[in-house]
Amino acid sequence: MSVRGRIWLFGHDINTDLIMPGRYLDNYDPAHLAQHAMEGANKKFASGVRKGDIVVSGKNFGCGSSREQAVTALKHSGVSAVIAESFARIFYRNAINLGLPVVVSPTAHAVFGDGDIAMLDVDALVLGSSDGAKSAPLEPIPSHVKTILGMGGLVPYVKAKLAAKEA
Amino acid sequence: MTVDGRTASEKILSRASGMLKARAGDIVEAGPDLVMSHENTYLVNRSFSEFGLPRPWDPDKVVVVLDHRTPANNAQTAAVHASIRKLVTKYGVGRFFDSGEGICHQLLVEERLARPGQLILGTDSHTTTEGAVGAFATGIGATEMAGVWATGSLWLKIPKTVLVNLSGHLMKGTCAKDVALSLAKIIGPSGADYRCMEFVGTLVADLPMASRMVLCNMAVEMGAKAAMVSPDIVTKEWFRGYGEDALTVVASDEDAEFERRVESDVSRMPPIVSGPHKVEEAKSVDKFEGVRIDQAFIGTCTNGRLEDLLAAARILKGRKVAQGCRLIVAPASRRVLTDAIDHGAVQTITQAGGVVLTPGCGPCMGAHGGVLGPGEVCISTSNRNFPGRMGSEEAEIYLASPMTVAASAVAGKIADPRRMLE
Repeated sequence: MSVRGRIWLFGHDINTDLIMPGRYLDNYDPAHLAQHAMEGANKKFASGVRKGDIVVSGKNFGCGSSREQAVTALKHSGVSAVIAESFARIFYRNAINLGLPVVVSPTAHAVFGDGDIAMLDVDALVLGSSDGAKSAPLEPIPSHVKTILGMGGLVPYVKAKLAAKEA
Repeated sequence: MTVDGRTASEKILSRASGMLKARAGDIVEAGPDLVMSHENTYLVNRSFSEFGLPRPWDPDKVVVVLDHRTPANNAQTAAVHASIRKLVTKYGVGRFFDSGEGICHQLLVEERLARPGQLILGTDSHTTTEGAVGAFATGIGATEMAGVWATGSLWLKIPKTVLVNLSGHLMKGTCAKDVALSLAKIIGPSGADYRCMEFVGTLVADLPMASRMVLCNMAVEMGAKAAMVSPDIVTKEWFRGYGEDALTVVASDEDAEFERRVESDVSRMPPIVSGPHKVEEAKSVDKFEGVRIDQAFIGTCTNGRLEDLLAAARILKGRKVAQGCRLIVAPASRRVLTDAIDHGAVQTITQAGGVVLTPGCGPCMGAHGGVLGPGEVCISTSNRNFPGRMGSEEAEIYLASPMTVAASAVAGKIADPRRMLE
């Protein structure tokens, strides 16, 4: 997968209450959720984010609640991937299960600035600025995770598994 | 170097996956003994319905609880609740707890559905709470649960274990919540990431089940995948109290491999307050004394149990909530509420000027029942003080024990409960 987009930079411990505040969770509509994506961390995100944009963050991205609406909001707002120094485990699994690439990079959040335009190549494991001045290596995605992600998430993956069982 | 001993996590996940030699770091396909979801059962089913299956793989292992927005806070939630009621009937889910029965984690333990040695999955991050009985219990997302409903299994990496050795005895005016907050500071918000936290030591041996639940509950605020107290005499007595004598016990071997050991002696620990905005911002109560508050909240899966309400009532007895301050109490379950009535705690709380809500999550995640406005300050027994958690992002949340919250409600500002325990 290769994609070009604006980088939205965030800090450490970006929790799910910042990504998708609980007060909006009465409504499960993805478009409604996307309108409030990252509201607690950057008020300009939801209106400014464009298809393909990349979220870059520090340690422990997605800590807190198990609410998968945090992933739904990001994905529906057009975010192509989240690159972080580390992820909280439930967020990480939710992202894989909903088909949103999440990739670990120890350096990306220190190298890139908010608003940088970058090329993300998940296969080549590199995030590089479009002018070639900055780049950060990405850690390989574990193979079992890659399989689920490659199929577009857990629902298609389980569907295939059930079909194989039946055949 | 390989060791013979195995951790409880290794034993439970080996058994649940049939990979009998599996060790920490291995990825196994494991079958849960119990799965739980709350209002997000709606989302679980949205994904599950794509599979075209008539019902979950084993409806007897499925528990559904309505607790996050109960009774319904608006028409939208009411419709979600109604759809879930229909679903549980359609799928034959017998273990359904409707609005007002209590918080999912409380009910799993209270109803003895959570048992030692089980693998429990819940669509709520605080599912770690159930580890208090010696189960391996962890949180997952709604779509993941749909996959489990369909296949009866999921992939899990067996976690390494962080052994937390708590020694000493609690001073007057302190409890398990103070210990949990102080650990959040020592370990940090991701210090136990992807790990199982196992609580041992002389303090833990003395703690009743309700207090053990507090430690396991807050472990997720340190990133833990699961948390556990190995079954001991307290666990056995607790189950025996409900007429259950035979208990299968799974525990870590003494020579098991622990990744890290954290030692903490609580003997001189004062009441602790965290906040605002970060759980790990934990300090002695005297650092915050005098901070004006608008609201005091006692409840949640962390501190809404009988021992918490009784501790608060001891402070509130014969006192009044300060003018201009609101005290809100949400019992963790109907049984807690009934017991609190029997013990006179509800009378004490209401006479002091507090209000008691429907058993459930209350205002913890900002849905209803005491949402905060801009500039407001709340001291709460809950587990998260993130900006916007209880409503306005411009509100401030401090976390503390039920005693500290009750004392603060009386003072109208953050207060040391020890001064009111003479």
